Amino acid sequence: MELTANKFKANASKALVDAQLQKALGNVEKGFIGKRQKAADALPEFDALRDNARDIKNHTLAHLDLYLEEYERKVTAAGGHVHWAQTAEDARRIVLDICRKANARTVTKGKSMITEEIALNDHLEANGIEPVETDLGEYIIQLRGEHPSHIIAPAVHLNKEQVEGDFRRVHTHLASERDLSEPVSLLSEAREVLRQRYFAADVGITGANFLIAETGSSVIVTNEGNGDLTQTLGKVHVVVASIEKIVPTLEDTSQILRVLARSATGQDMSVYTTFSTGPKREEDPDGPDEYHVVLLDNGRSAMLGTEYQDMLRCIRCGACMNHCPVYHAVGGHAYGSVYPGPMGAVLTPSLNGIDETGQLPNASTFCGRCEAVCPMRIPLPKMMRHWREREFERNLTPAVARYGLKAWAFFAKRPKLYRFAASLGMPLLSLFGGTSRRFHALPLAGGWTRYRDLPAPEGRTFQQAWAQREALKQEAGH
Amino acid sequence: MSARDSILGKIRASMGSPASNDDRRRTVADRLGSAPAGIIPERAKLAEAERIELFCAMAEQFGATLARVGSYGEVAGEVSGYLRDRNLPATIRIGADKRLKAAGWETEKNLELRHGPSDGSDMTGVSHATAGIAETGTVAMMSGQDNPTTINFLPEHHIVVIKAGDIKGDMESVWAMVREKQGKGEMPRALNLITGPSRSGDIEQTILLGAHGPRALHVIVVD
Ligand code: SF4
Repeated sequence: MELTANKFKANASKALVDAQLQKALGNVEKGFIGKRQKAADALPEFDALRDNARDIKNHTLAHLDLYLEEYERKVTAAGGHVHWAQTAEDARRIVLDICRKANARTVTKGKSMITEEIALNDHLEANGIEPVETDLGEYIIQLRGEHPSHIIAPAVHLNKEQVEGDFRRVHTHLASERDLSEPVSLLSEAREVLRQRYFAADVGITGANFLIAETGSSVIVTNEGNGDLTQTLGKVHVVVASIEKIVPTLEDTSQILRVLARSATGQDMSVYTTFSTGPKREEDPDGPDEYHVVLLDNGRSAMLGTEYQDMLRCIRCGACMNHCPVYHAVGGHAYGSVYPGPMGAVLTPSLNGIDETGQLPNASTFCGRCEAVCPMRIPLPKMMRHWREREFERNLTPAVARYGLKAWAFFAKRPKLYRFAASLGMPLLSLFGGTSRRFHALPLAGGWTRYRDLPAPEGRTFQQAWAQREALKQEAGH
Repeated sequence: MSARDSILGKIRASMGSPASNDDRRRTVADRLGSAPAGIIPERAKLAEAERIELFCAMAEQFGATLARVGSYGEVAGEVSGYLRDRNLPATIRIGADKRLKAAGWETEKNLELRHGPSDGSDMTGVSHATAGIAETGTVAMMSGQDNPTTINFLPEHHIVVIKAGDIKGDMESVWAMVREKQGKGEMPRALNLITGPSRSGDIEQTILLGAHGPRALHVIVVD
């Protein structure tokens, strides 16, 4: 997709007045937050597992070269092929070559953010191969010529009436008087239409949630079963995955699986967790004849050893965006990049450079919710702050923001002065660069004010309010 | 330089001054060899009877239906009853699993058995699980002629038979079983962990069953 990250502010303003979008976005808060909390509360070991998941990934990243070598050895021993791709372009070329060798006319696809990152669909289409997205959400947005607005719920920005309109527009072979008013009828229709596509496809392309060094397995975690049909029914299965998906062992995978589904959808386990190892074997009645893995770097090795290394622990659960007040207000498309939300605000500048993406690290209120819920304990706000500093150093920041930051730094070192200035009706906010003022003046800003102390809605600063509250508590204690 | 060497080179260069390669190699070999288990939730550590009960409760919580029978001989009757109750055609797709051969099919004269992988035309498929995971009500299926992978995904109804003794507390115990069958570091072509029937929340975050895989999952536990 075309990167429009530096139009974030303009995109966000449009999103805020888009009534359809605002209605659909209500489902994010409604759907995800409570479910995650319930699932986390039901497992006493949840937080300890998060620590362990973090440690496993840190260990893996510290030995990534060796685990990659071992993984490659095991895939090859199982009869699979490993292809190394330094850039998105390399990966596109490799996948196209595999498809051409298989004389592929259509390919089915399981849901995969990495193939969005490398813009695979456009490339296949340009070369006469039809990609068919089979995940329901991905299918819907493919019909609309859109990109995912969420990493696990790609069509979360849409309402069912919009989906109905798309199905009527595209599925013209079906009776026009059919009832599509309920989500279940839309689902059934997509199921019927896509069933035929699995069997007709020559190649099935999936991503991977994990690559296991111990066994050479790729793992996909899904609920619909489309990923499994994609990789089982095609003659060739191509896995596209980035290098940081490696984990050492089956046991390590299990540790992370325990936090993945809970953080993502609030399930204890997703419906289908599939471990694939090589192509069809002699005694196998089904499965693909060929099994390929495209290992993509695309800027990740350059993140190792930097302040952004922790981002490589990300397991793409989506919890950070599900809990982000900015995401709730503007949705995923406003970010103008493949990866939206807090994880995107950190990862996109790493992958695409800060020049093109400088507005993203500012798409935050620093409320801290993302870090609080991230199963891999990634310090997202800290890293966004790093990017802001980088952007500042490089003088890419608009003058008013630069001035605001300088003013903030001045006051931050002088807390008494800050308190004084803040008590004068909070004019400091306007110095911070305009974004904060725009957002806190919005009617939809409930998400911000809930989690942050600025601006003070009752005309007192947070510090004043806090001091007063503490004083009252003390009085009550006497 | 090949893409492979270049990527690995960049990773190595990023590590600043890593411990000698030998030390790092030993660390990696140790971890792969010993596969430490990490944290196992308490609820996965129950004794057998409670473990089986937890498995059943969890599977039902995640949308599966459950039946318990006393022996393999009763499986065919249970399958027939399931089909009858739902007005499904008396035809099932089934693999070559020996345990399923002895399921008492001869008493169900009207039931037609189709063997081999599914071609997408089957309404109901029957498979035998390798193991169960009580912690999450999950069944573990291994690919191969005994239980072709397509039966797990193509039929509208998936009936999974599992031996009560194969129900383990946690995923880690399933890995121990797989290693025993396949050898350390080896896996079947496909290993499917299945928890409930297929579902999607992609339209307005409303959870609907039966997206692309089976609309219903019925688990028969053989005591
Ligand atoms: S950053 Fe954390 S919360 Fe966000 S998608 Fe990645 S793992 Fe999930």
